Amino acid sequence: MVIAIALIVLVVATVLFHFLSPWWFTPIASNWNTVDSTVDVTFWVTGVVFVAVNLFLAYCLIRYRHRKGNQAHYEPENKKLEWWLTGITSVGIAAMLAPGLSVWAKFVTVPEDASAVEVLGQQWAWAYRFPGKDGQLGASHANLISVENPFGMDPNDPVGQDDVLIANPQLHLPIDKPVKMLLRAKDVNHQFAVPQFRVKMDMVPGMVTHFWFTPTRTGEFDVLCEQLCGVAHFAMRGRVVVDTQDDFDKWLASQPTFGQTLAATKGDPVAGQALFTACTACHGAKAEGNRELNAPKLSGQADWYLMRQIKSFKSGVRGSNEQDTFAKQMIPFASMLADDTAIRNVVAYIKTLPEVRPPASVVGDPVHGKKLYETCAACHGDTAKGIWATNAPRLSNMSDWYLARQLQHFRDGIRGGHPQDFNGAQMRSMAKVLPDDQAIADVLDYIRTL
Amino acid sequence: MAFVAIADRDHEHALHDPQSFIRKYIWSQDHKVIALQYGFVATSIGLVALTMSILMRLQLGFPDTFHIIAPQDYYQYITMHGMIMVIYLLTALFLGGFGNYLIPLMLGARDMVFPYLNMLSFWFYLLAVLVLVAGFFVPGGPTGAGWTLYPPQAVLPGTPGASWGIICMLASLAIFIVAFTMGGLNYVTTVLQARCRGMTFMRMPLSVWGIFMASILGLLAFPALFVSAIMMALDSLIGTSFFMPAVSSMGEQTVHTGGSPLLFQHLFWFFGHPEVYIVALPAFGIVSDLISTHARRNIFGYRMMVWAILAIGCLSFVVWAHHMYVSGMNPYFGFFFATTTLIIAVPTAIKVYNWVLTIWRGDVHLTVPMLFAIGFIFTFINGGLTGLFLGNVTVDVPLSGTYFVVAHFHMVMGVSPILVVFGAIYHWYPKITGRMFDERLGKFHFWMTFIGAYAIFLPMHYMGILGVPRRYYGYTDAIQFIPPSVHEANEWISISAMLVAATQLVFLYNLIHSYFKGPVADPNPWRATTLEWQTPQTPPKHGNWGKDLPEVHRWAYDYSVPGAPQDFIPQNVPHSEQTPAGREHGVPT
Repeated sequence: MVIAIALIVLVVATVLFHFLSPWWFTPIASNWNTVDSTVDVTFWVTGVVFVAVNLFLAYCLIRYRHRKGNQAHYEPENKKLEWWLTGITSVGIAAMLAPGLSVWAKFVTVPEDASAVEVLGQQWAWAYRFPGKDGQLGASHANLISVENPFGMDPNDPVGQDDVLIANPQLHLPIDKPVKMLLRAKDVNHQFAVPQFRVKMDMVPGMVTHFWFTPTRTGEFDVLCEQLCGVAHFAMRGRVVVDTQDDFDKWLASQPTFGQTLAATKGDPVAGQALFTACTACHGAKAEGNRELNAPKLSGQADWYLMRQIKSFKSGVRGSNEQDTFAKQMIPFASMLADDTAIRNVVAYIKTLPEVRPPASVVGDPVHGKKLYETCAACHGDTAKGIWATNAPRLSNMSDWYLARQLQHFRDGIRGGHPQDFNGAQMRSMAKVLPDDQAIADVLDYIRTL
Repeated sequence: MAFVAIADRDHEHALHDPQSFIRKYIWSQDHKVIALQYGFVATSIGLVALTMSILMRLQLGFPDTFHIIAPQDYYQYITMHGMIMVIYLLTALFLGGFGNYLIPLMLGARDMVFPYLNMLSFWFYLLAVLVLVAGFFVPGGPTGAGWTLYPPQAVLPGTPGASWGIICMLASLAIFIVAFTMGGLNYVTTVLQARCRGMTFMRMPLSVWGIFMASILGLLAFPALFVSAIMMALDSLIGTSFFMPAVSSMGEQTVHTGGSPLLFQHLFWFFGHPEVYIVALPAFGIVSDLISTHARRNIFGYRMMVWAILAIGCLSFVVWAHHMYVSGMNPYFGFFFATTTLIIAVPTAIKVYNWVLTIWRGDVHLTVPMLFAIGFIFTFINGGLTGLFLGNVTVDVPLSGTYFVVAHFHMVMGVSPILVVFGAIYHWYPKITGRMFDERLGKFHFWMTFIGAYAIFLPMHYMGILGVPRRYYGYTDAIQFIPPSVHEANEWISISAMLVAATQLVFLYNLIHSYFKGPVADPNPWRATTLEWQTPQTPPKHGNWGKDLPEVHRWAYDYSVPGAPQDFIPQNVPHSEQTPAGREHGVPT
């Protein structure tokens, strides 16, 4: 008896939950309304079956519960009833399958006027490539990937020279234009998923996969990776901005082509030395850092990281938080470097400076720190030398008091909160594994042993 | 020499009862002891997987309160939890446990046809479990590639356990498959060869049918996993490129070129989908017998039930790529696999109808096993219906990779089969131990598990529709579309999960305490028809049947036969005035 009532209550509760819970599809932002309506059809068909069969079960349990003198009805088979049920079930199945397959027929047919955009996935970041004026993407291969050529482009392929490279996780797309997303992965499987677009696809190393859609409303949408890709899978975040055509054209025109990135000059350390004089006041003549002035050691740090940080200071991506006092101080100094060439030059000079061992100032438990560092090693490497591919700077042999402060800032949301700071946001997610100052000290003491 | 059925040359074999403790309980060749050995090991490793699920729920429900597990631990736990539950608990328990215990007893055989192989099967299984557990103690810990172990991720840095851990996992799976093959061949051969006189195929209890078909599926499906495991191990250890294309891993080139990650996925799911039915078919069979016995009514549509088992078994080999709709395989596959997948729903639905129609016009005794069987029907209807979402390619696309998938497979393949396991343990406990369990504790166990599990998984469906992705260690505030209500729900889900987990301790207490202190059970307390309840001793002794093998005269479902004085007639009772022939399959015999 109780079980029958419980079943009825569960059925009612499930139906109520369905209609009252605040969770439903995000407001759609693509042409795939038909996907939603197929889901609706499926909900109605299965919902009716769910309610009907369970309520009938509850009825049977009440009506045919054991009482003295009851006897079950002996009836091994009832062909007619069984065939009726089979028939009705088949009709219900067909009612769901038919719309599903007809929508799928549209999914597999990419419109001829769809423009191509490449998405490049890697552990744990996104990048994008547009085909440029010739409408064709240049050749690329995993074996060509390097810190200078992160897209693995073939420099000898003339088709690729005008390809527009978006080396950050934010993609812009124009509204109301069908787009064919070509998906490529450098290292492991990923998946490019934007819930508001409804459609998505895995990215598989060694092949190019695809899907298509038409953005139907402007706005910013989170890109999620939905194929497990390693330790930082959950923190692999990007963004799609759907623009009006005008805004999109302006944005695209401001992005570099592959040819332009090839032409960029190498940094000149001699020219950089002159620029660096302004930095010595705080960071020291050999960029060895100065704790009293809150200036971290720079020598030995990866050049790509230094360049990115200087640019971040200049653009306000770093140092815009009111509580990040010392980063704010850095903004006017970074702005003294007028253009990218100046930045390249000064970084080239820093690279020539001798490696010194910074004084130890943070004391913790390196044994516990070693355990904590397992998470960090995924991006920063087993020896904390940093890995360009994961956007992870060097940690070993750098100013420990500075690292401690940055970890606190990531943890407390002081650094990494800027909407364009995707790497910072990722570090905020990861810094949660160091919940208190003691954990930070432990991990830094361990890093010092590396 | 002419073939003589095993049952007809029973007198040729003298039974050598094992005398020493070691031969009787350790190196035992008695199918009943081996079944218990399987059950004990499976339960133990299952408790490890249960503990990991609680640690994961602490992280998901209270990410800022507990800092017990780091991201790499989380991914290691989801991997081990999934693999243990699917392979080392459910598969081992249904086939190695129930298969071993029930097949010879239900078919009137003295033992499995290859007792020595049966013993080896268990010891290989134990070795597989030990190698699996060894993964926790190697450098880098167990693999964290997810239970699907997709390459290239599984063997590349950035994934926990990508060097040692994955090798332990692959080695353990290979050993498990060796163990399963020895067991599976035994189950199939025993069903084919060792049935007692009168036990035709169409008189076999559905439990045996389900286990029989599942064993066949396993023998055909596991080899795909076996070769995948070997190939991936070679890719990892000596640098072959079966599944590994040229990649740039952590900014560096690898030795690999030309392999196909999708090939692994096809092989994995060629095993992985039948695996769902390797677990489900024994559950279907057992629950049919529980419902029929406790509703005191013949199973409704027995022949249809048998054909449905066969149809599901065959179809399960042509639906695998519905796990891969968004994998990047040729999208035209979607048409074929969506169609086959939805067709498989028809025989599955028929089984559900027939369970409900067995209760209809029955005389339902709400015993503990029956409660679990009813709970199974409810959760299986739920999980089966959500399968129609994910099987239909268009509907799957927005839902794949979200919590909807987590909710679906836990409902259909976690909660449902485990409810049958519990029901089956309570049902056969008096036969296995000779004692009765505590019914109040059993009912407590049912209600907490049934309601608690539904409270855990119902909300997850809707999180998935919202788009909350699965396999995420945490949901940082950067994901804009996830409202605070999801985080609150995660707290409640975690609390439910802990209550359900704690309840399982009550279950274990009941099993252990009743074994020593429970009242002595009647040999046939449920008044059931099948042969295992008709043994001369309870618990059955070595050889099961004493001097003479039983002989079967009727099908397994003669409950409430009109004109019979009792509401059941055991299978080995001959036709007589008092015990008339039932109408097997609707026709008089």
